[in-house]
Amino acid sequence: MTDLALPQDGWIGRRMPREDTRRLVMGAGRYVDDLACRGELHAAFLRSPYPHAGFRLDLSQAKALDGVAAVFVAEDLARVCGGLICPDLAFPGMVSPQQLPLVAERAVYQGEPIALVLADSRAVAEDAVELIAVDWQELPAITRLDQSLTQDAPPVHLGLASNLGWSTQIGTDLRDAFAGAALVVETTLDFARNTGVTLEPRGLIAQWDAGALELRISHQMPHQLQLHIAELFGVAMSRVRVICGDVGGGFGLKMHIYQDELATIAAARLIGRPVRFIADRMESLMADIHAREHRIHGRMAVDAQGRIIGFDIDDLHGMGAYSVFPRSSTREAMSALAVIGAPYLHQVFHARLRCALQNKVPTGQLRAVGNPIGCAITERLVDLAASARGEDRLVFRARNLLPEAMQPWTSPSGFRLFGLSHHRCLERLQKLMDLPKLRAEISDACASGRWLGLGFASLVEFTAPNSRSYGPTGAPVAAVDAVVATLEMTGDISVRASVSEIGQGIRQSLAQVMADAMGVPAENVAVLTGDTATVPHGGGAWASRGAAIGGEAAWQAGVALRAQILEIAAALLQAQAADLDIRFGQVVDQHGSARMGLDELSRIVTLQSYLLPDGMQGQLSVSRTYRREADSALPNNGIQAVLVEIDPDTGHISALRHWVVFDCGRVLNPLLVEEQIRGGVVMGLGQALLEACSYDSGGQFISATLADYKVPMADDAPDIEVALVETPYAGSAVGAKGAGEAGACAAPAALLNAVNDALAGQGAQISALPITPLDVLRALGRVPQA
Amino acid sequence: MDNQTLSIACTINDRAIRATIPVRQSLVDFLREGVGLTGSHVGCAHGVCGACHVVVDGVVVRGCLILAVQADGAEISTIEHAATTSIGAALQAAFFERAALQCGFCTSGMILQAAELLAQNPEPSRDEIRAALSGNLCRCTGYHAIVDAVQMASARLSDIAP
Ligand code: FES
Ligand code: FES
Repeated sequence: MTDLALPQDGWIGRRMPREDTRRLVMGAGRYVDDLACRGELHAAFLRSPYPHAGFRLDLSQAKALDGVAAVFVAEDLARVCGGLICPDLAFPGMVSPQQLPLVAERAVYQGEPIALVLADSRAVAEDAVELIAVDWQELPAITRLDQSLTQDAPPVHLGLASNLGWSTQIGTDLRDAFAGAALVVETTLDFARNTGVTLEPRGLIAQWDAGALELRISHQMPHQLQLHIAELFGVAMSRVRVICGDVGGGFGLKMHIYQDELATIAAARLIGRPVRFIADRMESLMADIHAREHRIHGRMAVDAQGRIIGFDIDDLHGMGAYSVFPRSSTREAMSALAVIGAPYLHQVFHARLRCALQNKVPTGQLRAVGNPIGCAITERLVDLAASARGEDRLVFRARNLLPEAMQPWTSPSGFRLFGLSHHRCLERLQKLMDLPKLRAEISDACASGRWLGLGFASLVEFTAPNSRSYGPTGAPVAAVDAVVATLEMTGDISVRASVSEIGQGIRQSLAQVMADAMGVPAENVAVLTGDTATVPHGGGAWASRGAAIGGEAAWQAGVALRAQILEIAAALLQAQAADLDIRFGQVVDQHGSARMGLDELSRIVTLQSYLLPDGMQGQLSVSRTYRREADSALPNNGIQAVLVEIDPDTGHISALRHWVVFDCGRVLNPLLVEEQIRGGVVMGLGQALLEACSYDSGGQFISATLADYKVPMADDAPDIEVALVETPYAGSAVGAKGAGEAGACAAPAALLNAVNDALAGQGAQISALPITPLDVLRALGRVPQA
Repeated sequence: MDNQTLSIACTINDRAIRATIPVRQSLVDFLREGVGLTGSHVGCAHGVCGACHVVVDGVVVRGCLILAVQADGAEISTIEHAATTSIGAALQAAFFERAALQCGFCTSGMILQAAELLAQNPEPSRDEIRAALSGNLCRCTGYHAIVDAVQMASARLSDIAP
């Protein structure tokens, strides 16, 4: 840790817009599909239209079409690219067969790529796909979660004895603890499959040149991808350059390794020309990772004083046909279990988890991984307990939230909780909402026949994990991040950072950190990310790590560079380094008088180095890699509330107002943190009210357009009031914790509770997400159950 | 499968353009691939997301839903031209300052749609803004900041308007 305190009136904490967005508002972004390569070919895929089917292909007509350069199948690509097997060191016994870039002989999910056409245009490539003659042998498929583990369920992969992909138990026997409880509440919640819908679909342009690859791709973690490609194609990492320009949304979706992306890279190698593949929306909805899909049963025991004793959980999770490479589909459920009960003091915990294989695209990590499930089951049980006790939901929460005086506290499920400001957040929320007044308004409205409901949800989310999270699993996921800071001859600072910019604004935030560390204005700092040839190795964008890990690396690099520059300045000015400082880009003396500009210093070092004293090299660059040794993850916390109205005739649910109080430690830039929260809340709202990857009874995917997979539009979302509470992480200089996913963690829970509050007077209950108007009418008994 | 081509002439961002194009090419693909104007994006290619919005003869349209050949003789303007109008420039400034974009993929379409709204209704309410933008998907922001930015631009424009 460093001895330099954060400056009082510094750049950290300032509400600054992002420099990057000046380009974007002009339409001058550079997303992958905006870049054309001379001589490029376009790729289109034949994908399985069935959830499970054998096939035989006749490619002759497709190959004969004008403008088609090649049609490749599995065995062609196998000559240059290996297959994927999800590492399972942390999940012993997990079943997940090898995945090839193109599947051979038998497809195991709808949308799985089978053949790839290269042609002069995407249109011609699609024409050729239609000309591939296929002899399909449909096989029995399992897509429904509740049927995937039954005795007579057909195997997802031929020869499997069971579709159980993985299972585990956590915690201890609860019988005694639950037997002595004054109250046990229980519920079962169903969560549909969701998907990410980054507005920019996945896409890449691959170009091999004398055995070296240049890959432009819309992706979240260029270095990890570089390593995978090097290994799968058997080339040195130094021969693989991955460049991520502007990325049109990530949300976790763009950190996995996709079959079609590997196939494109392999095809480019075989054909010796650049190849562009941009997923269209239908293939995105069908074949991007999905997420969620849980049936979770929870029981919570409470003592006579209204204190939570513990939780008993049984979670069934749909993995899809493979465990997603390389992080594993089991992560989603493990993250859900990790946060169950986490905001509340409790004594005992037990969970059983079963992950089921299905003939569906794999589920992977999507913003807030598993957290919405863990949060919703917890918060639903809390509401049920409060109502069973006949007390106010916030009174019950206040009694049970983990007090600051008891932290750090290790939960019965083994997670260390510290630095959490639950009661301060709760208090702040009630003020933000003007709760007494709001409650009076709600009861007036209800008295006049309107159906209003208020829902609350507290949250804890484990962010910015260190290497104990993935290190032992065998997945090559870096938990370190690095920064190279360089003083340029124009007096500005270049920051080359391994964290990735995907719209969250991390470049702006690092610029502000560097500005404080170096003593220069933030506008004199340029942060470069996303190119393995220019930025150092590190994690990229995952698990809300940019500020906490990347920010700390930037701080350390800046502090070290500042010290190095002051040494040089001292030599040039014949002063003591300790008497000098850098302020606003100038070397100043003890009186604050400017002695030398950083531009001048840098020019002397680079262009007139004879002026340096003997023995001084004058280094203008510093590289720092930061790994956090203590605390395997940084928990953040907060509370959300939402007011909904239900139309009694149509069952339509409107979210009228939403409030968030959130503590992510030191806030680097409140403007950007607030917008991360708002964006996450609306993504959570989509999962609560609109979004479902749907399959018909024959296992056909029936939500392959944005008209069928409905995401929130401007008129679906309410205004969202956000207040920030700051409890800096004490183990780092900057003190930041993760902020990017928390909005999405708790919004579904708050909405579920709000809808149930609105329906309480009607004796109806909802226990499945998304909650459609039809679900409301069914719960009310106005429409028969499905 | 139709590889037929046709010649069209139109005005794009005040420039006269002649081109021979595949009859099945959408307007947004023509602008992006044929003219090199990549500020309009393709988010769905089936008319739901609004990322492809362009202005044709003064009206905001979905560039993925009309064919380029239908734009023969039309006057087209895109996000790359938005800064030449006071409303477009005010919206661009407000989106920047208010952090009303994250990944920026929706922004071109949002700004063009918001510009049409402000031209017709200079001081829209928040609900009117939400209704007007309800055909533009933004997956990142949650919309609140976008509504703020449109209001901010509207307030500034009415300050300078007589
Ligand atoms: S790309 Fe045209 S509406 Fe989505
Ligand atoms: S800013 Fe990413 S979709 Fe709107």
